[in-house]
Amino acid sequence: MDPVFFIIFRRMRRPLLTLLVTYAIAVLGLTLIPGQDADGNTWHMSFFHAFYFVSYMATTIGFGEIPHEFSDGQRLWVTFTVYATVVVWIYAIGTLLSLVQNKTFQQAVTEKRFARKICALNEPFYLVCGYGETGSELVRSLIEHKQHAVVIDIDQHRINDLELDALIEAVPGLCADAQPPVHLIQAGLQHELCSGVVAVTNSNEANLKIAITSKMLNHDLQVICRADSHDIEANMASFGTDYIIDPYDTFGARLATALQAPCIYLLHQWLTGMADECLKEPVYPPVAGRWVICGYGRFGKAIYNRLQKEEIEIVVIEMTPEITGKPDTVFVQGRGTEAATLIEARIHSAEGLVAGTDDDANNLSIIATAKEINPGLFTIARKNHSDNEALFDALSCNMVMTPSSIIANKIRALLVVPMLYEFLEIAYFKDDDWACELVSRISGAISDVVPDIWEVKIDETNAYAVTQMIKRGYEVQLADIQRDRYDPDKPLNAVSLLYKGKEGKTLLPADEQVLSEGDRLLFCGQVGIHHSMEWNLQNVNVLEFIVTGTVATQSKLLKLFLK
Amino acid sequence: MNPEKVIFGFFIVLAATLNFGFYVGDISNPDHHPVLELFFVVVVNLIATILKFGDRTQMGALLLATSLVAVLQLFAASLIWGYVVYVSETGMTAAAMASIVSLSGGALMANIISVVLLVIETVMLRR
Repeated sequence: MDPVFFIIFRRMRRPLLTLLVTYAIAVLGLTLIPGQDADGNTWHMSFFHAFYFVSYMATTIGFGEIPHEFSDGQRLWVTFTVYATVVVWIYAIGTLLSLVQNKTFQQAVTEKRFARKICALNEPFYLVCGYGETGSELVRSLIEHKQHAVVIDIDQHRINDLELDALIEAVPGLCADAQPPVHLIQAGLQHELCSGVVAVTNSNEANLKIAITSKMLNHDLQVICRADSHDIEANMASFGTDYIIDPYDTFGARLATALQAPCIYLLHQWLTGMADECLKEPVYPPVAGRWVICGYGRFGKAIYNRLQKEEIEIVVIEMTPEITGKPDTVFVQGRGTEAATLIEARIHSAEGLVAGTDDDANNLSIIATAKEINPGLFTIARKNHSDNEALFDALSCNMVMTPSSIIANKIRALLVVPMLYEFLEIAYFKDDDWACELVSRISGAISDVVPDIWEVKIDETNAYAVTQMIKRGYEVQLADIQRDRYDPDKPLNAVSLLYKGKEGKTLLPADEQVLSEGDRLLFCGQVGIHHSMEWNLQNVNVLEFIVTGTVATQSKLLKLFLK
Repeated sequence: MNPEKVIFGFFIVLAATLNFGFYVGDISNPDHHPVLELFFVVVVNLIATILKFGDRTQMGALLLATSLVAVLQLFAASLIWGYVVYVSETGMTAAAMASIVSLSGGALMANIISVVLLVIETVMLRR
């Protein structure tokens, strides 16, 4: 037990003893002092009555003199004791309440309760450290996909947010520093059902510490970390961290994809987007022509490296080259927010502009100024705080880089729908025409919001009907589970992306693909189609009707009747 | 000498001796078991219980447990007393007295264990 409990109890001794002794003296005195009843007989108060009287006297409730009116001797005693007991009562109750409200004590109680909740978890869960923008988006997706999460954050306000966020399922949250191992252990790091740790706090050091602790104490755990610097990344990798996500490098890679294969970029954007997000328009960043990069920090460098690999001509604008270093290209010193610097960087004849400083106001100003000079620019803005979303929307930049959502999207693909990550890994090696065709197929199946992505595993619990039909000797094809149950000739608005069977993975499996137990499938489609598909997967009568065109009579009585 | 230990030992032993004083006598004879004694037994036992709060040792936990048992038994005895005298309108009966005294006998057992534990703890102290 936490030592604070003992300290609190120890400190309770004095007020409790004072209360007890004062009560005892008051009660004893009342029983000893003689009184007179209505008939003039002498009577002594019993302990029962005396205790009753003192109880309401000390709490200042005051029901009056019972069972008989008091004699003057008794009144004299009561006069003394009324002050003694009332004061002692207030002192004792006040001290006890303040002890219970003690901050350390409260924290110990909260931690104890939290630990009990974690022990009671009976389904696999992810431990999410940091409930900022990234963490909250991730937890919401996990919960929506029927997975479980536990949250640690150092800021009590964020834990309050967790309680207020209307999540379908209660997520245990602890307000604590995730760096000391004790808090991670409290949050279930060594719990047998803990399936992974996600470190997305806004401190690099904290993420590193979490990665180290997690890998040291539970080696089999999947650990995913956010890192903003290459040193930290290397350090994390040396401890066997499974996935290290650098928002700047990730965005740089995306930009490179967008430059080389716009459709693959679009496909990625659609499939990894937040639920209910509107579909993004395709972007075509200029491959020829000059780019201007404002800000040569972590983000600027990531972009610079990518653009340089594409052999694009680059001009860099940076205010403090002595801190960031100078690139190996045309360089202009300045902030970029004033027209003079931009003109010096020959913005009027440039094709692309990257506003990549760590100050949102500057980034907005850079883009607004540059667009005045050259309205045809392709603009990329770095958005540091999601509060400023409306401002960036108003500027209508071609691409906006938001670190928190880049990380959240990537982790979501990894944890929530692991097959999606496998699919994207393979898709990156396909050519752009293939992706363009797939994008148009998907856009035909969905409305204007991001498609729903779901996995199907063919087994007794997730696809009861399919396993039953296979047992009866029928052949169930992929097309069968993608039909409308009311009109089997009509397909559901879903696209099968990936098939994983005994023979290996198939990208975009054919409709004739025969299903067998143990297969896994990845679908994307309109929101709500997943539910319709569940009918085909789980209800034997529905699937039988789809496969055979008739439904065999189940009822014995009806069978007799129909004979 | 630790004055805290003196007070601690004093109240534990006093709780046991007072309890014994109330317990001895004819079990069903109310004249042998005055209410004043029961009052003091309850008060001293409560004091002994509170004094045992917040001890981290195993011995401390055991001492607290025995005191809690004693207090529970004595509360039950007092409740029976109050009930037969004031609520049931039968007045004190021999049967009720016997059950009160036997409950206090249970509390006496707990108090004796407390004292024994205290002695063991003292014996185990090494200089």
